Amino acid sequence: MIDLAVVDLSRLQFALTALYHFLFVPLTLGLSFMLVIMESIYVMTRRPIWRTITRFWGTLFGINFVLGVATGITMEFQFGMNWSYYSHYVGDIFGAPLAIEGLMAFFLEATFVGLMFFGWEKLKPSAHLFVTFMVALGTNLSAVWILIANGWMQNPVGAAFNPDSMRMEVTDFMAVIFNPVAQAKFVHTVSAGYVCASVFVLGVSAFYLLRGKHVGFAKRSMTVASAFGLAASLSVVVLGDQSGYALTDNQKMKLAALEAMWHTEPAPAGLTLIGIPSMKDRETHYGVHVPWVMGLIATRTIDKPVEGIFELVATAETRIESGVIAYDALEKVKANPADPVARGVFETHRRDLGYGLLLKRHVADPRLASPELIQQTAWETVPNVPALFWSFRIMAGVGMFMILFFATAFFLCTVRKHDTRWFLRLAVLAIPLPWIAIEFGWILAEFGRQPWAVEGVLPTFLGASSLTVPQLWATIIGFTALYGALAVVEVRLMLFAIKKGPFHEQETFAPAPEAPATTVAAPAVA
Amino acid sequence: MDLPIDFATLRLIWWALLGVLLIGFALTDGFDLGVGSLLPFVAKTDEERRMVINTVGATWEGNQVWFILGGGAIFAAWPFVYAVSFSGFYLAMFLVLSALILRPVSFKYRSKRASPKWRSFWDWCLFIGGFVPALVFGVAVGNVLLGAPFRLDSDLRSFYDGNLLGLFTPFSLIAGLLSVAMLVLHGAAWLSVKAEKGPVLERARLYGTIAGVLALVLFAAGGLYMAYGGVGYRITGDLDIQGFSNPLRTTVESASGAWLDNYGRYPWMMIAPTLGFVGAVVGLSGMWLRSAPLAFGGSSISTVGIISTVGLSMFPFILPSSIDPQSSLTVWNASSSHLTLFIMLVCTLVFLPIVLIYTSWVYSVLWGRTSTAALKTNPDLY
Repeated sequence: MIDLAVVDLSRLQFALTALYHFLFVPLTLGLSFMLVIMESIYVMTRRPIWRTITRFWGTLFGINFVLGVATGITMEFQFGMNWSYYSHYVGDIFGAPLAIEGLMAFFLEATFVGLMFFGWEKLKPSAHLFVTFMVALGTNLSAVWILIANGWMQNPVGAAFNPDSMRMEVTDFMAVIFNPVAQAKFVHTVSAGYVCASVFVLGVSAFYLLRGKHVGFAKRSMTVASAFGLAASLSVVVLGDQSGYALTDNQKMKLAALEAMWHTEPAPAGLTLIGIPSMKDRETHYGVHVPWVMGLIATRTIDKPVEGIFELVATAETRIESGVIAYDALEKVKANPADPVARGVFETHRRDLGYGLLLKRHVADPRLASPELIQQTAWETVPNVPALFWSFRIMAGVGMFMILFFATAFFLCTVRKHDTRWFLRLAVLAIPLPWIAIEFGWILAEFGRQPWAVEGVLPTFLGASSLTVPQLWATIIGFTALYGALAVVEVRLMLFAIKKGPFHEQETFAPAPEAPATTVAAPAVA
Repeated sequence: MDLPIDFATLRLIWWALLGVLLIGFALTDGFDLGVGSLLPFVAKTDEERRMVINTVGATWEGNQVWFILGGGAIFAAWPFVYAVSFSGFYLAMFLVLSALILRPVSFKYRSKRASPKWRSFWDWCLFIGGFVPALVFGVAVGNVLLGAPFRLDSDLRSFYDGNLLGLFTPFSLIAGLLSVAMLVLHGAAWLSVKAEKGPVLERARLYGTIAGVLALVLFAAGGLYMAYGGVGYRITGDLDIQGFSNPLRTTVESASGAWLDNYGRYPWMMIAPTLGFVGAVVGLSGMWLRSAPLAFGGSSISTVGIISTVGLSMFPFILPSSIDPQSSLTVWNASSSHLTLFIMLVCTLVFLPIVLIYTSWVYSVLWGRTSTAALKTNPDLY
């Protein structure tokens, strides 16, 4: 039997390392393109202030970028380390986008990022702009492939189980790449990164303006951030994640759970604005409902119903029963690979094999499960409703606020009222908000995917490696200590760089070419 | 679907590409690891250390992608190998990852503060980030040659019976130290190309020479152990090289000295160990003659030879099992599906040349020795 303590600790470690990694990624995604915008203005106008602006935000980008790279190393290897059976079971499909990401995107971004920092004196301005653009392109292409991999876990298209190699194998690679869930996720995720970077640039600029420091620098940065941020915040919501929610049983379940919609409602379904969902009572107390909205968002029609949790559980029950038949046939094929009858039965029930495997949480052999156990297991396909309900509301609430926030910023910049103090204070306070929304977004997507590692294909608890509890505690404590220390260092270096400001470097280095060798230079900073 | 290349050929190509990726990693990120390991010894003052760090400052990030890509490519092309080895060598992997996580941060953060304590701390992190991965990679390769203690059940789930300390055997330590010596030689050779002439370069020559001699001795010792140490595995019974990837359908036995079988069967393979020795000798002569091209060329050839020797000796094995030879992973039973291997080959043929082109361009822009004088005038340096 599977050691569930190992599974839980593996999940904890994955959640910690992935959420931590994603503290740095959004800023990289967004700031890289903002650097391109800023540097383009420099190349077009040749005004030195824009070079200073690009270089200063580039310094902050660099401090953030290395931690994204460093923590990304863990992500690339953690599947093999902690999710060994998952890696075997779906590696034929899931490994490919990760490898292509390295080949096509990460190489691009990592090779050019060194030149971006070190090439200012060695390249013409237009060539340097090209380098910066390659970095931005690389980071964003990287997101494409990672989200294709993640999208496949949510909606496993283009693959089928092969009983001879006991794993999922690719049947249609184009379907994997053009997975609609992956596409929606890509737009949503990179837009959120752009919002994140805009809030960061806006907040730091607001800090300078409140202090009356570096005013020309800060106003220009603020203008770029408000325009970029407004476009991005609209894109996050309008081109949001909703479009993929009608595709699979688990995606439907996720939608029902985040809305705490226990029963199918006649079309078009209403939306529960707020309430207190209870897993125990299987209903939502004190719900405040808005008619129609849900049906419109989820199905983009007024006549299609949105399925509720009870109805989806009933579907799951039938699929588990069918999965048990698939499991039985597979065992027969394993015993006698040439058995044509068993292979025929397996083909018919193949798409429900994963549902049969869900029973392995309770019995070693799913064929021995009682009808009660099947019913109980069907209810285990419901993710944690209150957690999803609240994660969604926090994420969406911040998202809506961001639109108002950037609309205000854009308006103030357009009418040249950069020094509106109440807004500047708000902008400083708003700095953490996108990170909060983004992390809750991931919790929603991945916690909502439970109990599946790959929707309908492989339950999470089966995916783990055959490790021991002490091994897992060793790495969890190790990663937490290392990551915690690095987070402290990172934030302090950021604050240090912000305090020194954009002109520090010119004061240190400007007279250098003419200066005599005896000049006592302050310690140099990259 | 009919694919233009048959399954067995694709498996062979992907086995070779696995070697290309490992060699790419060792040739590029290898000298970064070597320079990191040498840092506290070849550079004494802060200026010297900054100069040494800046010899790899602009390019280590791109070089490191070979490692990441290696992980991704093993996942995509050899999912069994990815699943079994990284979960089996769990704590060793954790050590490597921790060291490699410290490295990017150390490069970037070290010179952001003037305090000598701060800088010295990150210098040692850079040393750890170079030395520990170099050692553990070698130890891991040693264990792969010995066979790892894992077995597969009928669901092809892997179970592992070893622990971290069990990885450190006399043979795997030879392999680990060989890896360190090889990469330190390569790092010293890089410094001979890239560092300004002066005391740092002289110290690099000294340590490079020691590492080169050690590499020769350890490589020979490893070869003797493979011949007389009682290691090796052999496939017995029928072999379906076009068949489904299912390790349990191959029969394997442990056979002392079997790692030398291939050299009898295919004498041309002797070219790999020969390059390993000749390259190291050329590298050493480059150190003595103060010739940067000889030193770097020699250490590169040696690295190619040593890594190829491991791969060719084991062929067609990739990861044999010491407790259940039946579970051993080979070129013919541990790959991805026919279609995935084909798609990944197309992607590699399209993108790898592009990567090589822009990487060469970046190196050419950054061409020239790093000097201590530049540290005072160039705000971009670490």
